[in-house]
Amino acid sequence: MDSARPLSPITNEREAHPVKVGAIFKTFFTAGAISFGGGVVAYLREYLVHQQKWLDDEGFLDALELSETLPGLNSVNMSVIIGDRLRGIAGAAAAVAGLLLPGMVVMMTLGVLWSEQRHNPYLRAVLIGVAASAVGLLTTVTLQLGHRQFVRLADLLFIGATFVAVSLLNISLVIVLLTLGPLAIWYYRPVAHPSESAQYFLHLRERFRSHRAHWRH
Amino acid sequence: MYKLWSLAWVFALLSLVAVGGGTAVLPEMERLVVHQFHWMGDQQFRDIYSLGQVAPGPNMLMVMVIGYRLAGAAGAAVVGVAFFLPDCILTFFANRLWYRLSQSRWRTALQRGLAPVAIGLMLSGTYALARLSITNFMGLSIAAVTFGILSWRRVNPLLLISAGGLAYLIFIIR
Repeated sequence: MDSARPLSPITNEREAHPVKVGAIFKTFFTAGAISFGGGVVAYLREYLVHQQKWLDDEGFLDALELSETLPGLNSVNMSVIIGDRLRGIAGAAAAVAGLLLPGMVVMMTLGVLWSEQRHNPYLRAVLIGVAASAVGLLTTVTLQLGHRQFVRLADLLFIGATFVAVSLLNISLVIVLLTLGPLAIWYYRPVAHPSESAQYFLHLRERFRSHRAHWRH
Repeated sequence: MYKLWSLAWVFALLSLVAVGGGTAVLPEMERLVVHQFHWMGDQQFRDIYSLGQVAPGPNMLMVMVIGYRLAGAAGAAVVGVAFFLPDCILTFFANRLWYRLSQSRWRTALQRGLAPVAIGLMLSGTYALARLSITNFMGLSIAAVTFGILSWRRVNPLLLISAGGLAYLIFIIR
């Protein structure tokens, strides 16, 4: 597994060919401008791994793993992590600015236009349809992202408890995270000798990663 | 001024508890924006969420429109900074720490433990949006068809989402 691997494989390459801050901004700007319909991470992968070759798939999935564990949007977290690894704090700032800028401009333009027309019944009908369609999209994304968790009893219990607490009992998210979060982490706490199930998990994770690498592309 | 401060801390808090990303924090956002602070009705909240779906980049940029509705351009700027900056700073330092923790097996525990909670939160986010947008058979059909097509093959989601909007418009006009 990657746990013993030192830093990221791009370090050496970075010293040989430093990536310019302007190039980082431009690449993330392109990804931010073209990623209509969500799935920004898939676009980042295309630009960073396949076109610019700034990092390899392994490095990308490492960054994704951390992004998914940390709070905040995955695409923004990815930009901070990869920007930092390419060019330190300036790289991180350029990456985030590039990723968000095009969306911000379009979003604010739409927002101003919508504010003028927000009571228009036809516009509202379109937006209801968009939201309903997004429900189907979010369901697909959630099932794909959690396909490993949905088949494990312990994980299913944590999923169910979280859903009930937030959606049915309307408990504040801060409280849910401060109770269920530590409980779930403690459940998966390290043991002296990796159990069979933990080894099986590592095996599954490998398979999951290669599978995910496939469909994200 | 007071409203700008409220906006700033609410959206900074939301970004820092967004374990599982934007969808995961949607129910809490609705709870605070609609039910606790009464900044807007749930239908406006839903409409702004839909705007985020058709803009490029992260869908959650729509939080800036919430700020705009409440406090104009200053509101949009405050919400934009509050929602993205604290999270970026956290990620910056966590990233540098993470590789020092790479030997620690608590890292795996953290990932495995937070994963099901994040998935549960995403389910809650999907449910919250469903409650706001699926009020009749047409809404349900649009969601089901989108789900069906995306499970069957890879299609650009923007295409399906535009089709969904168009289908509901035709349904209303007819």
